[in-house]
Amino acid sequence: MKALLLRDLKLAFRAGGGFGLGIAFFLIVVILVPFSVGPDSGLLTKIAPGVLWLGALLACLLSLDRILALDWEDGTLDLVATSPLPLEGVVSVKALAHWLTTGVPLVVAAPVFGVLLNLPPQGFVWLVTSLALGTPALSVIGTFGAALTVGIKRGGLLLSLLILPLYVPTLIFGAELARRGAEGQDITTPLLMLAGITFGVIALLPFASALVLRMNLR
Amino acid sequence: MILRVKDVSVARGGVAVLEGLTLEVASGQALILKGPNGVGKTTLLRTVAGLQPPFKGEVDAPEEAVAYAAHSDGLKSMLTVEENLRFWAEVFAQSDIEKAIQAFDLVDLRNRLAGSLSAGQKRRLGLARLLVTGRPIWVLDEPTVSLDTASVQLFADAVRAHLAGGGSALLATHIDLGLDVTVLDVGPFRAKQGDAPVSGYDEAFL
Repeated sequence: MKALLLRDLKLAFRAGGGFGLGIAFFLIVVILVPFSVGPDSGLLTKIAPGVLWLGALLACLLSLDRILALDWEDGTLDLVATSPLPLEGVVSVKALAHWLTTGVPLVVAAPVFGVLLNLPPQGFVWLVTSLALGTPALSVIGTFGAALTVGIKRGGLLLSLLILPLYVPTLIFGAELARRGAEGQDITTPLLMLAGITFGVIALLPFASALVLRMNLR
Repeated sequence: MILRVKDVSVARGGVAVLEGLTLEVASGQALILKGPNGVGKTTLLRTVAGLQPPFKGEVDAPEEAVAYAAHSDGLKSMLTVEENLRFWAEVFAQSDIEKAIQAFDLVDLRNRLAGSLSAGQKRRLGLARLLVTGRPIWVLDEPTVSLDTASVQLFADAVRAHLAGGGSALLATHIDLGLDVTVLDVGPFRAKQGDAPVSGYDEAFL
């Protein structure tokens, strides 16, 4: 398991690994928003939490099809499936590696990008909290989608269609938590809901992912 | 460590390809499968490796004993030869990769990226992976593709050493490895072809 995690991290940082792709995409989305809605700082402050969350979600989506497709193409997945590693563990490690290389950089960069959108000072803590709590769910749900579509040509497109609806609850409560934080309102409900969704999918989805992966390998 | 396949039928894409096949490979033995293209050798080997369930019959292999190698080697082109091998060794909870590097003459290549190797060198690395699994039953699908004569010899030596050490092997190959082992022609077990189910044409959207 550790070997698989270290290998995935190592591959992400080598040429063609795609590390930095998500964060660069996030940056561009955030920069494009003021261009499209105009430089009204009051309006930007208002939409900042939602835009930052949507940007982070799309940036995350960008790299989902790489989670399993590369390993499927070069035959690694077949060989891993016949190794002592349980597939449930393999998909969990894959999701963790995706989160470490995509989710964590987004969480770290979000406050910087928040400045670009005129996010009020009290909102930064809750923006970071909501992303730190929500992005693991994005990676785990995304791995499930990757397992569903592995082996399908241009599966990345289908993957986006399948996964985006599943991202809705995380997006709603994540963005709500960031918005309430920015406006200084009570954050308990969205915080608990977001935490519940994340821990729920971490606990349950790896089993579903392993099951569909086993079927797809047949 | 006996691998038994009892009255097994296997299916590819919903169509039965082999039926009623029975075979047995004991420690120290190897069995070579021969047969025309499309007869189902790969499907049978994937079934034995546990990647798909048999259509009928049963495959009786000891738990965690099978090392499988197929057409693709599962190599990461951005990792070096040594990193690739070390990864698989760790996955199979082994530590010694030197023997594998020696056996397949990879000493001079150990620090090269796998992506920069030739097809034959990649294959040698893929076969070296078998040695770091430490598993007794090798299930190999066309292991000698793109190997030159000298490398085929290296591979035959590795198989011989594996058998001498109490291991066993089930291989699908078309060339003569110079091994003194049983050859099974799976042609006669070809399933009677019924009408192949035509899968839908509504998949353009995917």
